[in-house]
Amino acid sequence: MIALEKRPQPSQVWSLASPVVAVVLTMIAGAGLFAALGQDPVAALIKIFWEPVFGPYNFFYLPQLLIKGAPLVAIALGLSLGFKAGIWNIGAEGQYIIGALCGAGVGLAFYPMEARWLILPLMLVAGALGGFVWAMIPGLLRVKFNTNEILVSLMLVYVAEQLMASMALGLMKNPEGMGFPGSRNLSQYESASTWIDRSYGMHWGVVIALIAVCFAYILFSRHILGFQIKLAGQAPRAAAFSGVSPARLVLFCLGTSGALAGLAGLTEVAGPAGLVSIDFNVGYGFTAIIVAFLGRLHPVGILLAGTLMAITYIGGDVAQSSLGLPGAAIQVFQGMLLFFLLAVDVLTNYRVRIGQRSVA
Amino acid sequence: MDLSSINPLLLLASLMVAATPILLAATGELVVERAGVLNLGVEGMMISGSVLGFVAAISTGSPWLGFLVAALGGAGMALVFGILTQFFLSNQVATGLALTLFGLGLASLLGQGYLGVKAPPFPDWHIPLLSDIPVLGPIVFQHDPIVYLGLAIVAGVWWFLSKTRAGLVLRAVGENHEAAHGLGYHVVRTRLLAIMFGGACAGLGGAYLSIVRVPTYADGLTAGAGWIALAIVVFASWKPGRLLLGAYLFGGVTVLQLNLQAAGVAIPVEYLSMSPYIATILVLVIMSASGAPGSLGKTFHAAR
Repeated sequence: MIALEKRPQPSQVWSLASPVVAVVLTMIAGAGLFAALGQDPVAALIKIFWEPVFGPYNFFYLPQLLIKGAPLVAIALGLSLGFKAGIWNIGAEGQYIIGALCGAGVGLAFYPMEARWLILPLMLVAGALGGFVWAMIPGLLRVKFNTNEILVSLMLVYVAEQLMASMALGLMKNPEGMGFPGSRNLSQYESASTWIDRSYGMHWGVVIALIAVCFAYILFSRHILGFQIKLAGQAPRAAAFSGVSPARLVLFCLGTSGALAGLAGLTEVAGPAGLVSIDFNVGYGFTAIIVAFLGRLHPVGILLAGTLMAITYIGGDVAQSSLGLPGAAIQVFQGMLLFFLLAVDVLTNYRVRIGQRSVA
Repeated sequence: MDLSSINPLLLLASLMVAATPILLAATGELVVERAGVLNLGVEGMMISGSVLGFVAAISTGSPWLGFLVAALGGAGMALVFGILTQFFLSNQVATGLALTLFGLGLASLLGQGYLGVKAPPFPDWHIPLLSDIPVLGPIVFQHDPIVYLGLAIVAGVWWFLSKTRAGLVLRAVGENHEAAHGLGYHVVRTRLLAIMFGGACAGLGGAYLSIVRVPTYADGLTAGAGWIALAIVVFASWKPGRLLLGAYLFGGVTVLQLNLQAAGVAIPVEYLSMSPYIATILVLVIMSASGAPGSLGKTFHAAR
């Protein structure tokens, strides 16, 4: 008889070990998946996890690591605030899009004026504000009408996607684009480009993600607000009695994650992506959910998890071009990772008893 | 713009078709939530059902087999969710999201060889006598069998939940799992069965999209239908009768905006396409979540 027994306190060891175990299990299951797709599983795993970092062409892939990792880390950090407190913002993809649209809108409005000291900061503010406002919709609705923030934030992703299509085809369309959908290329517009050094993949989004890691770390280890967030998630009644305002927490968590997602969107659109197009978003907002959990909702963990997830993105591209592995396989792989993590995590909170029943 | 080109009879008839996939998925989720489990993986199970059903229908030539495979596939994916949440005691919100992310990936992986392929024909039933009634006949009695299957499942769920002993046990498990466990009911077994039923319904709904409604396979085919189904369960206050109303309301919004697009109304297409999602948000605001099962979303662990 196998039985689970609740631990008096979550196991520190397993809390750190379970992401590692989950990654190993996912690699084993992934090898099975690749074999089923008719690939050499070991070769595919090497392409995905080894090649981007240590392979002979890593000078080409390492800049990509910053480009792909920055939005994942920034968004996941924001989401982790809410996830800790039991506030589920799963519409980061929408906030990312709206941030990009607002920031790009400011940049395009100034075109072709050259004033990097003015335009870029304004764009950053607009991007953060756009994401913030988009996240405030589910936030305010939850606070005022007790509406489910999961469903509202997700519905707003679809609204944002349609809004983006409308912008790319209408208001923001490049007047010199010969009728093709999409805006002017912001990364080629000196005053609006978020690039710092293109050859290293360095752009303002990377800087923002790293600053956000530091702030989140301080918030959770030193600041009362971070404590209140944790308390509200683990013991809502105790939090209420100690004077934590649930409404304020909802708005803070959603607002911050929205602003971070918006900044990630803006830095992407005016840098690596370059322009507002109909298919600008590639699902970072959803993958960031996996990053947040894999990183144990801890700032440093999220930095590591974001890096790992960025590697799988790049490795997926490598395997796609060199082995012909379908691009969607990597998406399945990422989904499996979250499954395994959630399964292994049972060991953090419970201990397994085999044999005789435990005495109550 | 030519609004007179919109035929109200056809509009009402296509409303029933547009509502069916959401109705199927929402009915399944309603049973799951009445058992106290929140499965946010509806979108993932739906899109997996749509691709599995489509592939099965194409390779066997039989849409019926397609629906069967989709239901089994949906139930299988739901079983993964069930095992994780019931035996591994994982967080239901996170696990449901994982199911959706996994399902979206799986669907685009399996579906890549089938993009743009046409589904085998699935003829409508013209119910004898009834379909000859003027006005009402073409609207209600000239649809494909799955439309009626959806209605039958809603009726069956209503009967099961309100008239049978097993339905009472399921509701008890959902309202208070500790008490149900104390009375000797099998909380985990009941929930696993409910979760698998929900998955099968979501799979059917997805297959209806790819085999009948579209009828072809495209990436991201469900476009949030699974999430709208979740919203409709809230709208319905977890009652099957209101579920029907909700699904038809959304079917109506979807069909109306498509008709307005076709009629060339001066509103840009993108803004019309937003309308079902905005309508969902409005409905969620108006219906604040009252009447939710007491144990909804809570993890059950029997040992002290």
